[in-house]
Amino acid sequence: MSNVPVNNGRRRFLTAATVVVGGVGVAGVAVPFIGSWNPSARAKAAGAPVEVNVSKIEPGQLIRAEWRGKPVYVVRRTEKTVNDLAKHDDQLRDPSSEKAQQPAYATNAYRSIKPEFLVALGVCTHLGCAPTHHGGDFDQFVEGVSQGFFCPCHGSKFDMAGRVFQGVPAPLNLMVPEHSFTSADTLLIGVGSDVSKGDA
Amino acid sequence: MLANFMAWMDKRLPLTDAWNKHLAQYPAPKNFNFWYFFGSLAMLVLVNQILTGVWLTMSYEPSGDGAFASVEYIMRDVDYGWLLRYMHSTGASAFFVVVYLHMMRGLMYGSYQKPRELLWIFGMLIFLVLMAEAFMGYLLPWGNMSYWGAQVIISLFGAIPVIGDDLTLWIRGDYVISGATLNRFFALHVIAMPLVLVILVFLHILALHEVGSNNPEGIEVKKKKGSIPVEEQSKFTFHKQYTDKYDIVDAIPFHPYYSVKDIMGVAGFLILFCWVMFFAPEGGGYFMEAPNFEPANGLKTPEHIAPVWYFGPFYTILRVIPDKLLGAIGMFSAIIVLFLVPWFDRGVVKSVKYRSKLHLFNLIQFSICFVVLGALGTLPATPVYNMMGTIASFGYFGFFVALWFYSKNEKCKPVPERVSH
Repeated sequence: MSNVPVNNGRRRFLTAATVVVGGVGVAGVAVPFIGSWNPSARAKAAGAPVEVNVSKIEPGQLIRAEWRGKPVYVVRRTEKTVNDLAKHDDQLRDPSSEKAQQPAYATNAYRSIKPEFLVALGVCTHLGCAPTHHGGDFDQFVEGVSQGFFCPCHGSKFDMAGRVFQGVPAPLNLMVPEHSFTSADTLLIGVGSDVSKGDA
Repeated sequence: MLANFMAWMDKRLPLTDAWNKHLAQYPAPKNFNFWYFFGSLAMLVLVNQILTGVWLTMSYEPSGDGAFASVEYIMRDVDYGWLLRYMHSTGASAFFVVVYLHMMRGLMYGSYQKPRELLWIFGMLIFLVLMAEAFMGYLLPWGNMSYWGAQVIISLFGAIPVIGDDLTLWIRGDYVISGATLNRFFALHVIAMPLVLVILVFLHILALHEVGSNNPEGIEVKKKKGSIPVEEQSKFTFHKQYTDKYDIVDAIPFHPYYSVKDIMGVAGFLILFCWVMFFAPEGGGYFMEAPNFEPANGLKTPEHIAPVWYFGPFYTILRVIPDKLLGAIGMFSAIIVLFLVPWFDRGVVKSVKYRSKLHLFNLIQFSICFVVLGALGTLPATPVYNMMGTIASFGYFGFFVALWFYSKNEKCKPVPERVSH
């Protein structure tokens, strides 16, 4: 090659131009491959709100509703349970719900619209397992607290407002989804009380 | 006739040359011991996984609605379906058994040290891909433990700040783990990952044959060209690629000497393998977990969720760190530090045989911690177990930190010039 006349500047330009154009082409081709991993239109359409009749829930009972394929825990808390919530604030990571794990209308001491009904995603904020409800024997996990949620995967603990205890892997309180009461007995999960924030 | 055929082939493809270079005239140190079985055994298991895997896909249905039932169909209705599935599932555990022992061998004899750093890195990449492959494969039966195991591992990516939630959504392809997730995991498990794995194994062996095999003494058998009198050199014929550059001592051709030895290893391995496969294919709940015999249920986490045994060590490290992001970082670091072993170890003596008592102790405590972490990973998260897990995690990472400190000025025994037995 050494005795062949070479225009190095032109060769460099052509090489660079080929690399740039080729690179753009590769990036362009990558788009459909990466994009096809996004939720499909069908998966998105399955995210509709669900209705739950809360009149049949006994005091202290938990029922599971399914919304977007995730478990939503609906608990009818007794008056004692609600009153006990304030007693262990010093053991919680975020007792006053400062992190945005709930809509504005549930940012209160009970993390709910009505103190009686807790509506929270049954999805541990650590790695997404479903915490187990312990309605009377929770003090085996946290001394002096008789009720709460215990995640069997990595031992995270939450109180009856879904607030996370300190010293566990879960960083945040349980997520309270957008929800509202369309009548005294009908809970609608997925549509907030404030209509402007309807799609959570 | 055959000779003519081979001559015809050799003119067109370096068949005989490759055979000699990599098998019949490859100089392998003469002192390989028990620990040197596990490389060839890993290859055997890889072949088993590919072969049984291809056959399983013939009857498996990769969909959220059909997967669980199709596995039952394979187990009950397909002729020998149960056997193919148990070969595959037992093979998965066996793969990790032999790979962990293979890695332990590398640590004991310093097989990662210069000039074998890249060889070690290819090996670690194989380990990484193998873990991804095993994890994705475990989702496919679509049992409840498949489902929640995948939920936990995918959620790990949610710990990444800012992009975490969108990333997990993208990986799942749905708001929850669903048929969409199952299908893409199937595609990766049966096509993408095996291809990558085979290519990496090829590169691993190519790199091995370039630098040459280490041995239990950690003494190089390829000496500087011209440094060894002919009568002291190995009497065997080796490929000129090796003899042109080096004087070879204390080595024997891989084939037939080690091919025969490895067949002995294969026989022993298959006895154990078949015993598990026929008499304990569920591995006492460690190879196949009880909740996986009920279909995936997105609303109900199994009471006690545990990874398959081979993920136990890393899972325990994740669990004992009481912070989501730090836990995930800790878990991935546990793998990354393994990649960096060639640089943590600043010593020049390879084999534990000639290294300090401290190094021997460090290796032993590391092995114990690894086993303890693995056992804890399958047990529930109680305070006592968490405390033990924390201690073992410190031991695990401590191995690398300590190695870095003492290896610089380590008091080692003198290493002989030659392999003496």
